[in-house]
Amino acid sequence: MALSLPSSAGTSAPKDPAARPDMSLRRKRTRHRWKVLAFLSPWLIGFSVFFGYPLIATVYFSFMHYNQIKSPTFVGLKNWKYVLEQMPLFGPALWNTIWLVVVMVALRVVFGLGIGLLVTKIKTGVGFFRTAFYLPYLAPPVAATVAFVFLLNPSTGPVDQVLGWLGIHGPTWFNDPHWAKPSLVLLSLWGIGDLMVIFMASLLDVPKEQYEAADLDGAGAWTKFRFVTWPSITPIVLFAVVTGVVQTMQYYTQALVAGKIASGVSIGPGSVVQPGYPDHSTLTVPQLVYQLGFQNFNTGAACVLSLVLFVIAMAVTLLLMRKGAGLIPAED
Amino acid sequence: MAGRRIRSCVPVALGAATALLLAGCANPSTGSANDDPTKPVTLKFWHGWSDPNEVKAIDAGISRFEKLHPNIKVRSTGNVTDATINQALRAGGGDTPDVVTSFTTNNVGQYCSSGMWVDLDTFMKKDGIDKHAVFPKTLLDYTQYKGDQCALPLLADAYGLYYNKDDFKAAGIASPPRTMSEFQADAVKLTKHGKDGSITRAGFMPNFRLYQNSPDRMLAQWGPKYFDENGKARLADDPKVTAFFKEMNAISAAEGGHGKLEKLRSGFGDEYSDGNAFLQGKLAMHMDGEWRGLMLKDAGAKFHWGVAPLPVPDGQADTYGRGYLTGTVTGIAHSSKHQNAAWELVKYLTTNTDQVVDFANAIHNVPSTKAALASPKLTPDPNFRAFIKIAQNKYSSAIPPSENGGMYITSFQDFAYSEEEGGEKNLHAGLVKLDKQIDADNLQSES
Repeated sequence: MALSLPSSAGTSAPKDPAARPDMSLRRKRTRHRWKVLAFLSPWLIGFSVFFGYPLIATVYFSFMHYNQIKSPTFVGLKNWKYVLEQMPLFGPALWNTIWLVVVMVALRVVFGLGIGLLVTKIKTGVGFFRTAFYLPYLAPPVAATVAFVFLLNPSTGPVDQVLGWLGIHGPTWFNDPHWAKPSLVLLSLWGIGDLMVIFMASLLDVPKEQYEAADLDGAGAWTKFRFVTWPSITPIVLFAVVTGVVQTMQYYTQALVAGKIASGVSIGPGSVVQPGYPDHSTLTVPQLVYQLGFQNFNTGAACVLSLVLFVIAMAVTLLLMRKGAGLIPAED
Repeated sequence: MAGRRIRSCVPVALGAATALLLAGCANPSTGSANDDPTKPVTLKFWHGWSDPNEVKAIDAGISRFEKLHPNIKVRSTGNVTDATINQALRAGGGDTPDVVTSFTTNNVGQYCSSGMWVDLDTFMKKDGIDKHAVFPKTLLDYTQYKGDQCALPLLADAYGLYYNKDDFKAAGIASPPRTMSEFQADAVKLTKHGKDGSITRAGFMPNFRLYQNSPDRMLAQWGPKYFDENGKARLADDPKVTAFFKEMNAISAAEGGHGKLEKLRSGFGDEYSDGNAFLQGKLAMHMDGEWRGLMLKDAGAKFHWGVAPLPVPDGQADTYGRGYLTGTVTGIAHSSKHQNAAWELVKYLTTNTDQVVDFANAIHNVPSTKAALASPKLTPDPNFRAFIKIAQNKYSSAIPPSENGGMYITSFQDFAYSEEEGGEKNLHAGLVKLDKQIDADNLQSES
């Protein structure tokens, strides 16, 4: 169909009758666009207010000196240089965050899947075990962390006492820089209920006929898992890994509380919680962002750290979402 | 065409909205000192006291103030941290406080330089108050930054040595140590070990994470200088700092080592509970502030205890009696629209001798004015009086204020934690690095 544009000099309706359906089509399209926009507007507004604006503001403030009292002033790359070159805590915080992302997420997924398999296979006491494994997830993070630190207290905690009866000289857990992060991982494995439920649902969703066919072919347990279970649950594994990575990138509460309680430092109205005890081993990037942004009011540096975290989280997510990562079925 | 218009308008509108939002980040909550303090007004007063006895005492002071100023009502909120005050004053809004307090002097430099707390010199001049005649010099120094007197002392804290007299008697020690050599020897004598070699009682806990054992407080016994004339950190150049770390490490090693002490420390109860390690007899000597005496009495300590100044380095025996000073400070929020009325409250709480003495007696803090320090109404308790002497000692010192608040102290503490754990193989090189870090942090905050 030939398209004709209205004459630039024309002021009246187009003389060419063929142009009328075209105009009508355009009007329809415009109306459609407005409709789409109207339906999308709640999301667009939410996205703009809660993601777009904060992201733009974070980029903007990363180039400004701003103490949240006086007007921001442009300082170029000074904040970036400070964070990347002069701030000694940036390295340990980034390393700890990446360590937790790699170790905690991997172990949580493996453990969650293992528990999911267990509670779908057992024949007796199903309800009890499912409840028992899920309940710790319901414990408030602060309370759970405080309890864990007391349980693992090297001097008065029952865990080391029991280990002592067995002739094992237990570690000092949250008080040892080498054991503090593994202790946090233990805490996260204890609260595995969320992943257990997700994996349990996906495992129960695997068609039984496929297992029956595999049995007829004489497949063993591992072969069945590899060629029947795994292909069916990979989207759920992808979901667990991606959300795990994003959540662990934001790891804050448990690390802060564990460090504070284990350090024994008194926190009063005039004191400041120094995160990272012991020896910065539990310091994560989000804790550093809070410290810089809302304790030192160094907004520019805090924004730089946030952007670094954002870029890493995006990069890891995109990497995992690639088909080559093995978590998205090839036919999708 | 319409679609194109939408496409072109959306980014423009978003850009304009973002620019407006970003432009609005400069804090709009600016107060004023144009109010008439004789007109009816309600002041919001945020403070950090939370113990029932302390809250009762500050409320009693406010009641006395309200009787003197019937037109001014004070709505007080307790247990407010510095972080909350900092964030609230920056966020602005109609419910921010008029009068604020801070339980640490670390942040005064930040409060003054940012303009968050207003300069009180104007108010004092107007009322004919000579601040140098009213307040001791050290306390005036820690409430100002580069000539901006944005805070005033509201009672002070002095640090001294609490010691268990029963443990001293059993160990055959006649009197509290005066020098670091005596201190180390006594600490070793007073330390008790279990059958498995673990420490069951420390003569003194040198680990810096214990309760009030912050390294800057103990370092005050050496009389260090944190910054040079140009404001550059000079810890590496100060032999007193090196001597301090060596002494603390020596005490730690003599008592059994950092690991054993740390294991003992990890089993201590909360500082402000009956599980306090000194109260529980797990420490024979302990550095703490004057308020601890009242708490020991209230908790009914089952042993005899005494107070003395902390020991000083062997080469500085003439400075014995000194101690670290800090205290609560108060000021007026920049966003207050009733600054003249707020000043009336600040003036009453900080300069009225009877109020200062009554409050000091009630919560066992050191009075913060010269007149109050000399008042016969002060409690005669010898343990409390020991802290007053420490506060009045000419060698007693506070940490210098910084525009970066207490961040340099935080960096120093971090270094000290690493040092005591053996993480600093070369002490001098570590201190040089620390100095550079403090300078970089200060520069970053000043830019």
